[in-house]
Amino acid sequence: MSQNQVSQPNDLDESPPADQKLPLDAWHRAKGARMVSFAGYEMPIQYEGIMAEHLWTRTHAGLFDVSHMGQVTFTGKDADAELEKILPGEIRKLGLNRIRYSLLLAEDGGILDDLMVTRRENDIYTIVNGATKYDDLAYIVENMSDSVTINLMDEHALLALQGPKAGAVLASLIPAVDELYFMMAGAFEHEGMKLWISRSGYTGEDGFEISVDGDKAEKLANMLCAHDDVKPIGLGARDSLRLEAGLPLYGHDLSPEITPMQANLGFALSKRRREEGGFAGAERVLSEYPEGAAMKRVGLNVEGRQPVREGALIIDENGNEIGQVTSGGFAPSLERPIAMAYVPGELSDEGTKLTAEQRAKPFVVTVTSMPFVPHNYRRKPKA
Amino acid sequence: MSRYFTEDHEWIDVDGDSATVGITDYAQEQLGDVVFVEVPEAGKQMAKGDDAAVVESVKAASDVYAPVSGTVSEGNAALADDPSLVNTDPEKKGWFFKLALSDTDQLEGLMDEAAYKDFVANL
Repeated sequence: MSQNQVSQPNDLDESPPADQKLPLDAWHRAKGARMVSFAGYEMPIQYEGIMAEHLWTRTHAGLFDVSHMGQVTFTGKDADAELEKILPGEIRKLGLNRIRYSLLLAEDGGILDDLMVTRRENDIYTIVNGATKYDDLAYIVENMSDSVTINLMDEHALLALQGPKAGAVLASLIPAVDELYFMMAGAFEHEGMKLWISRSGYTGEDGFEISVDGDKAEKLANMLCAHDDVKPIGLGARDSLRLEAGLPLYGHDLSPEITPMQANLGFALSKRRREEGGFAGAERVLSEYPEGAAMKRVGLNVEGRQPVREGALIIDENGNEIGQVTSGGFAPSLERPIAMAYVPGELSDEGTKLTAEQRAKPFVVTVTSMPFVPHNYRRKPKA
Repeated sequence: MSRYFTEDHEWIDVDGDSATVGITDYAQEQLGDVVFVEVPEAGKQMAKGDDAAVVESVKAASDVYAPVSGTVSEGNAALADDPSLVNTDPEKKGWFFKLALSDTDQLEGLMDEAAYKDFVANL
């Protein structure tokens, strides 16, 4: 997609801009990573292998470099109210150092991005997807009062430490992180590094996302990987882990053509916001709540061993397309293929048998509840 | 018996007019963890370049093409139970299918081991 539709005589070179390098680029290569182009950056897809890295994260702790993601802050007294114009979540009453998953919505209710929102003492801190961050910013700037200052923290790296050992590993360095439960965050300092640590992630496991100055990222990565329970993990395993956790991936399972209820993300529509509306696309989005939309995102178990992947069709008995697979692959923890798909609402009940078609071959699939692998978050005990 | 290689990273062991086909160590390394292999059934006739087999890794699906023309005499049934043989032993136990060659002249354009090593080194 080109911003400039007018062809210019000197603009003949249509080769894409070179991928940018992230702060840990040399570190990944030294660790033996295979690097690929992703979201405009050179990123590690794998080190020793996706399967081994996936299973390591489910049993120990994996360190992921997600510095391509956009860390964006909003400062100004109306920042929360202004964000509520384009997010359907409760932001005004979001507690200090509390995190909420939300959706950036277009005027027609389509999903422009999904993001994490944290209220901090002096600003609101968000993490948006790498591939969408510049489009997000353009849309946000257009829809927000000038009284709010928006800052893309592009000098900061973002590392995720995920897995059942993540809590013990990080607490061995920074004991105070033990006070954080799932979806809580805080500022910490360790050996001269200023860290913003969120207890959250994208694997279904307990873990953290750690924001750090780009020039300190290598020091932090080395410190974490010095622990016997920690290995670096690539984007390949990040994808298989999030699929098992039932978490949608923007650009695949979520897009501007999909609404929150279609995506089965009704939990992101906070109660007050459902009652009051007043966010982009509210009319359409709320008309689909709570019954749901004509199409719905579901999980699929796939019979046999062959994966059904993104782009496969869901077909009816006459071979007509009635839905689409948006993510699919082999689940290393389950040792069988799983998928996410959009199917008609009336065919979205758990246990419904459907047919997927991939390269002219039929596959028996069954609608199942997600996550495929239970979440292992460290939730705050109920008082 | 002699071993030939293709630019699509297949190896072919030829003994008279029968051949065994698999993918090279380089190919399995590029694919990563193999989780599924579909091999052709005995009796299937294939022309050089036809789709012969499907190999799926955690990350992606790839086609394996018939490197030469012929009739399949056997697919490797062991790969259905243990597709990871393609990773652990790609050039022996991880073979894909055996073929009765219909045109041994087609072998002439293929690489020998030394030529394939050079080919991979220059990728």
